[in-house]
Amino acid sequence: EKSKDSFFSKLGKAIVGKSTVDDEVLDNLEEVLVTSDVGVETTLKIIERIQARVAKDKYMGTSDLDRILREEIAGLLTESNAKDTEDFEIPSGKKPYVIMVVGVNGVGKTTTIGKLSAQFKKRGKNVVLGAADTFRAAAVDQLKLWGERVGVPVVAKGMNTDPSAVAFEAVKEGVERNADIVIVDTAGRLHTKVNLMNELSKIKRVMEKVVPDAPHEVLLVLDGSTGQNAVIQAREFTKATEVTALAITKLDGTAKGGVVIGISDEFKIPVKYIGVGEKAEDLQPFNKMEFVDSFFKKN
Amino acid sequence: MFDNLSLKLEKAFQTLKGQGQITEINVASTVKEIRKALIDADVNFKVAKEVTDDIKEKALGQNVLTSISPGQLLIKITNDELTDLMGGVSEDINIQGNPAIILIAGLQGSGKTTFSGKLASYLKRQGRSVLLVACDIYRPAAIDQLKVLGQQVGVEVFAQPENKDAVKIAKAALEHAKTINSKIIIVDTAGRLAVDEEMMDEIARLKEALNPSETLFVVDSMTGQDAVNTAKAFNDRLNFNGVVLTKLDGDSRGGAALSIRRVVEKPIKFISTGEKMEALDRFYPDRMASRILGMGDVVSLVERA
Ligand SMILES: Nc1nc2c(ncn2[C@@H]2O[C@H](COP(=O)(O)OP(=O)(O)OP(=O)(O)O)[C@@H](O)[C@H]2O)c(=O)[nH]1
Ligand SMILES: Nc1nc2c(ncn2[C@@H]2O[C@H](COP(=O)(O)OP(=O)(O)OP(=O)(O)O)[C@@H](O)[C@H]2O)c(=O)[nH]1
Ligand SMILES: [Mg+2]
Ligand SMILES: [Mg+2]
Repeated sequence: EKSKDSFFSKLGKAIVGKSTVDDEVLDNLEEVLVTSDVGVETTLKIIERIQARVAKDKYMGTSDLDRILREEIAGLLTESNAKDTEDFEIPSGKKPYVIMVVGVNGVGKTTTIGKLSAQFKKRGKNVVLGAADTFRAAAVDQLKLWGERVGVPVVAKGMNTDPSAVAFEAVKEGVERNADIVIVDTAGRLHTKVNLMNELSKIKRVMEKVVPDAPHEVLLVLDGSTGQNAVIQAREFTKATEVTALAITKLDGTAKGGVVIGISDEFKIPVKYIGVGEKAEDLQPFNKMEFVDSFFKKN
Repeated sequence: MFDNLSLKLEKAFQTLKGQGQITEINVASTVKEIRKALIDADVNFKVAKEVTDDIKEKALGQNVLTSISPGQLLIKITNDELTDLMGGVSEDINIQGNPAIILIAGLQGSGKTTFSGKLASYLKRQGRSVLLVACDIYRPAAIDQLKVLGQQVGVEVFAQPENKDAVKIAKAALEHAKTINSKIIIVDTAGRLAVDEEMMDEIARLKEALNPSETLFVVDSMTGQDAVNTAKAFNDRLNFNGVVLTKLDGDSRGGAALSIRRVVEKPIKFISTGEKMEALDRFYPDRMASRILGMGDVVSLVERA
């Protein structure tokens, strides 16, 4: 809080009553953004927006400053996040609503699925999980334990089985049980591994055989502490699976996850959830103003 | 991304072209582009600033030989500087002690458990008797995961699934290691955030109780700006001996390696390059420097310059 205040008061002194922003302020802003992993390119874009805004609304007052600054930064998120996800609601009329969860190794896919299940369950939804990570040691056990913890059934065929077959079974089971939501876990994979990326496309296709427009949501999980590589992850996963939403994890630490601003802007994918811990309740709907605000908070 | 970088550098080099000496004026824009390239590679903002200031300092006033352009000279200076910063030569793991104890620590999902399995395999192949110890009492199926890996590499895994005290498990493991005459024990621990006081306290107590010959900090090579904060916080609590850089089989530039090395001054001892148990390598500072700089690319650029 302290550093946030001092940043804004410094910024205020330099901007209030002036029609241009001086270099020192822009340098400070650059540091805040870059150290939040926003990236050089997106940072420059934001700085241009601020400069344009200051030139237009000349002589702004201190009281507007905080808001305007956040607005300009969040502006890049606005198009794809026109409205923040209010709650853990899902579109009606799709039953089961099928969610496929993808991402590189260790970002928090399985944990996010556990947390999502808990939220959906709490809202009275019937959830079925599919353990299609049949590769990583004890991945199936991990999801099963989450299923037990939250109280939702897990469809699994064991380790080293065909992940597509598991996904197929999970969606089928969802239909048979008249479930509201089916969530399919997949093995972590680096986006540079062509075979594994093709496998994802296949898993996705197989689900269509049961429910024609499934998966309704492809959720790409990004680790909030990842730097600029997340941009390439978003690009490659989008190519392979048409990602429809993002979740950013591990924001309970000191990392800010700023890279998603550029990602959201470039690929027009909304950020839906943030992970803020390892427990079932540690998942929140994304709120862009709070997110941007966190860049200016002292760790 | 690389194309982008070479384009930018090419532009920046134009100002240096045909000039016999590197001066404050002609070097400024190039240094700025190098700084941007480092930040794009996830080198920490402050570290990138310091490093490029040093580079500039070294470059200033240097006479450019006829055979080499100022651009080439600057790239060489940069590459040498990064290589130096990352420790010059690779360093091996310390397995002194009877048994030698290796404690593994790091953030969630960084690759600790996978690395533990790999290290066990690596040491076993050197003919040593190794015991893996499962001290992650929190993550669902963490013990099973280590057991599967232990089985894959043919190394015994010590675990006490009912025991909810990591320090007690570790002490029991040490006793067990003595009875079965294991020479090296590798202790896998839960992932933790540096801001989690309770968990940082646990790992500090583990270190105190075990007095390991080697404490390794495992970090994901895709980590961004926060790498320095985390590494520093872990180092403040654990005074670790070395760093393991994981997931280098991808296309991350790995700037975190440079930042961590610069901030905590501990050597990077291993790199992890895949999910399989064989995917473990020694660390080579010069290769890492090239990777961070996108050097393969830059070299060809310099040749064209
Ligand atoms: N602090 C924190 N830890 C998290 C969060 N989300 C996940 N984790 C932890 O991150 C680690 C990896 O999480 P997983 O859910 O196994 O990640 P994954 O993407 O399924 O991993 P793979 O399947 O191996 O690719 C675990 O230790 C989780 O407890 C979060 O929001 N905050
Ligand atoms: N591609 C690739 N994947 C890796 C590498 N090292 C680990 N992984 C994967 O990354 C994910 C996380 O690895 P773990 O070993 O479970 O990480 P951890 O640090 O023990 O995680 P927690 O115990 O949850 O904190 C798994 O999917 C691993 O298979 C690597 O070098 N390359
Ligand atoms: Mg998983
Ligand atoms: Mg682990």
